[in-house]
Amino acid sequence: MQTAAATTETGSPITFRLDRGSGVPTYLQLVHQVEHALRLGYLGPGDRLPRVKDVVASLVINPNTVLKAYRELETKGLTVGKPGQGTFIHPSVRPVALPELTDLRRTLVDWLTTAERVGLDEDGVVALFASVMREHLERPDGPHIGEDGTRTGAEDVA
Amino acid sequence: MNVIESHGLGKCYRGTWALRECSVAIPSDHVVALVGPNGSGKSTLLNLVVGLAAPTVGTLAVLDGITPGSPEALDAIAFVAQDTPLYRNLSASETLRLAQSLNRHFDRISAEARLAELGIPLKWKAGKLSGGQQAQLALTLALARRPRLLVLDEPVARLDPLARSDFMATVLQAVSDDGVSVVLSSHVLTDLERVADYIILLRDGGVQLAGEVDALLDSHRVLTGPTVEAECYSDHPVIHAQSGRTQTHLLVRATATNPVPAGWETHRVGLEELTLAYLREPGASALPGPSRAVSSERPNEVRCPR
Repeated sequence: MQTAAATTETGSPITFRLDRGSGVPTYLQLVHQVEHALRLGYLGPGDRLPRVKDVVASLVINPNTVLKAYRELETKGLTVGKPGQGTFIHPSVRPVALPELTDLRRTLVDWLTTAERVGLDEDGVVALFASVMREHLERPDGPHIGEDGTRTGAEDVA
Repeated sequence: MNVIESHGLGKCYRGTWALRECSVAIPSDHVVALVGPNGSGKSTLLNLVVGLAAPTVGTLAVLDGITPGSPEALDAIAFVAQDTPLYRNLSASETLRLAQSLNRHFDRISAEARLAELGIPLKWKAGKLSGGQQAQLALTLALARRPRLLVLDEPVARLDPLARSDFMATVLQAVSDDGVSVVLSSHVLTDLERVADYIILLRDGGVQLAGEVDALLDSHRVLTGPTVEAECYSDHPVIHAQSGRTQTHLLVRATATNPVPAGWETHRVGLEELTLAYLREPGASALPGPSRAVSSERPNEVRCPR
């Protein structure tokens, strides 16, 4: 039966799931899950993404949605499509280097300390951060792209 | 290519218009959701498309210029009617043999393989199968004809959530594997959100909203802000407004020339929210090409024969 498809996405280290109440467009949820899996090491260079037909059957979503997500990942330079074989993580994708992450974390802690001092509670911090991040991502020149065409992932750290 | 194209299409039953002035152009390679209130003409349009009824006025072509009901159209279109009718006393295997005899093209081997995959016993009478299995059997029969266009009338209305999901997964696999175009009518908006990539909203027999789902969602926004400032949107395309004493939510058609005013929040809309907003506002319409509101004004009024 179809329900078994969720576990038969063999050939890929990951499977997708959907948060139907999140309000995030479905294709973006797929994109984010690949980025997240890359960041956490579930996916690495050369790994294969689930086949389109398997994603369609297991999530019951339109094939064009999956294709759109895979196109987006390819545009971001994270994956490469091989005709007749599938979509694979680009061999040259590199995760964000640890020293950079440590630096970012330190500046963020400083910022949070200031926020706390002026009386911003946890929800306030999240709201402010989300708002500034959205403005930042929607600025006219778009998200920062690394020299090799891959995203540095800096804006995703939090 | 358009799988369905109609101009001024109308269908009259016993002196009442079931569908009138319906002009649509539905592109191929889409999963098209046909939605609308009861009596808006959904089933009528589908019956005309598959050739079960003939138009009273107007023109209708399927699959790039083919006349509905012609042998060419019958070969290329498969239809699963409301409540997936089957011969209850025939077994699944007898049903397949019957379908093979009645159709010019019928892939019985793949149909049997599909039923085995679904765990539907070939020897069982159709009437003894569960609702979900009956629906899957009817869908298997339709797909075994290798159609270019699959038409489904309220396919999942009576199914439980799991059977519903399994049924739509089969449909979408056919889309992914064989490139079948699909037109389906449904009341269940939440199910359509991730399945359909083209939507047509029928109201009072006419088209109120039509277009690619992504494009429609991208071109609409909910703006939230102070009620006192809501007036400044009066001349903008507001589809639906919900106002409290201090705060107002406006569902608007977003355009590049209408930036979000300072202090107003903007949110994306979902397909369900968008569709409900249009259903609540009969006067609003969003159509590709020259916009036409659904109104009582009917050009070229034709009397409905009794």
